[in-house]
Amino acid sequence: MIESGGVWTLSEVRGGLVHQVSYELLAWGRDLADVLGTPLSAVLMGHGVAGQAEGLVAHGADQVYVVDSPELADFLPDSFARVLGDLVSRHRPEILIASATSTGRALMPLLFVDADTGLTADCTELSIETDERLLLQTRPAIGGNVMADIRTPLGRPQMCTVRPRSRRPLPEDRSRTGRIVEETPDVSSVMRLLEFLPEKKVGAPLQDAEVIVSGGRGMKGARNFAMLEELAALLGGSVGASRAAVDMNWAPYSSQVGLSGKSVTPKVYIACGISGAVQHLAGMSASDTVIAINTDPEAAIFRVADLGIVGDALEVVPALIGRLRS
Amino acid sequence: MRVAVLVKQVPATEDVRIDDATGTMIREGVEAELNPLDLHAVEEAVRLRERFGASEIVALSMGPPRAAKALRSALAMGCDRGVLLSDAKFAGSDTLATARTLASGLRREGAFDLVLSGERATDGETGQVGPAVGRILGMSPLAFVSAVESVGDGRIVVRRAVEGGHERVEAPLPAMLSVVKEINVPRLCTLGGRMRARRAEIPVVGAAELDISDDRLGLAGSPTRVVRVSYPHVVRKGRVLSAKDGLDAALDEILGVLESRGIARGGERA
Repeated sequence: MIESGGVWTLSEVRGGLVHQVSYELLAWGRDLADVLGTPLSAVLMGHGVAGQAEGLVAHGADQVYVVDSPELADFLPDSFARVLGDLVSRHRPEILIASATSTGRALMPLLFVDADTGLTADCTELSIETDERLLLQTRPAIGGNVMADIRTPLGRPQMCTVRPRSRRPLPEDRSRTGRIVEETPDVSSVMRLLEFLPEKKVGAPLQDAEVIVSGGRGMKGARNFAMLEELAALLGGSVGASRAAVDMNWAPYSSQVGLSGKSVTPKVYIACGISGAVQHLAGMSASDTVIAINTDPEAAIFRVADLGIVGDALEVVPALIGRLRS
Repeated sequence: MRVAVLVKQVPATEDVRIDDATGTMIREGVEAELNPLDLHAVEEAVRLRERFGASEIVALSMGPPRAAKALRSALAMGCDRGVLLSDAKFAGSDTLATARTLASGLRREGAFDLVLSGERATDGETGQVGPAVGRILGMSPLAFVSAVESVGDGRIVVRRAVEGGHERVEAPLPAMLSVVKEINVPRLCTLGGRMRARRAEIPVVGAAELDISDDRLGLAGSPTRVVRVSYPHVVRKGRVLSAKDGLDAALDEILGVLESRGIARGGERA
């Protein structure tokens, strides 16, 4: 029998494969479901993905709702919102969490309107307030200067998006068993994906990167971003940039980290020639480890750094590359 | 073609100061400005008129009376009309109540082919309100738009910025576009534009003029509640070394940190 209610996570498929963020959500969802004593279900929408449902069970799901159709091969917000909305209205989860990726952030604002409930964006922490069994959603606000705890007392499901990499997935356990529920709702769309144009760039998308080497005004010019790319490649990372560097066209907007760019949470963030304006700190201060290189010993970036080097990035970075190569 | 732009007045980001004792934002004496990401939405609306023709561009905002200033900035850049939704009953709105209010304000202005917003506001940072307004009005949802390729024959083709690249997507009109910063470089206002904006009348629309009941507005109509605000001390007690005292020693430290975090040469994990 299908178990209604409970905690749901929205799985994300990229290039036909269940993406890592889906397993991160299951780690959050497992905690919430265990406290509430309810089942944890994952929703999996895509084409040729049914075979990957077992992987979601192995990462913590008790149940997987699978909608597998050629028409769901590409993410189209109208059909995905209708499919998910249909599942939600029939099976009534208490809680629904998605990743704060371009997909989750495009989809969930459609769903919360349809379901007439609350939606909290970009959470970094989730827990259950045991007395009222309500989801407590914690998110940074005002440029990361404050943390806001938000509840959804007046609507179901309680919905939020969760910042990628805010949690490690549970170790895969292939001995876990779960129920796979195949669903066949209306999957048609009035929209069409014409083409995907991949970025010609070194490394993973910033939100997925384990290491980010970021440059700011102190890099003194577009030419010098080549050394950041070299360092990033050596460390298996990606290149980021401050708003100042993007505004001067030294780096593309897709690299911008901060309030008007991306929020990132890599294992290691190396800030090169970045002073650390509020605008920038908002997007990177949640990184596991921060290394900062800046000529100004008073620079704000040093206040969020685990290791600060007072020096010219244009000297320190090439020397670091030399040491890594030797 | 009729185009609307949703704009928001926000505190100037470089100016954000937090009261250490209470963890709340100090609003006194803080400069307010048009949300920087909304500048790109206004600019794109004006460019869409230049490229494809538009009979009218209406800028709409919800906020206190002083938010009329944000609308004047939009008018100075080329919007034809500004409308401010302002009422004590709107206070405490979360993203859903805000979206309902804005959608109702738009309905009052007639049908629009395109509604644009910035990707998100730099204060709330949710990015939910624009797409939600579009959903309420039954428009095609297009989030993270980085370019508008064509508009015509009831269809629109845009590029969307997503992880690892861009998507080209076609959708029927009417459509709601939330735009990212890379879509354009906003123009500087002309003196004439600023003069016109300063003189423009900005009608203020209250709750009584909207087609929503009071229990769907403001705090009463908001499913979410902020229960606590805390001030995180993200300040790290990191070590700071000077490269002048020895570049090699500084490099040793960096390599040590990388190693301790399991990051090694070539991205192999130690």
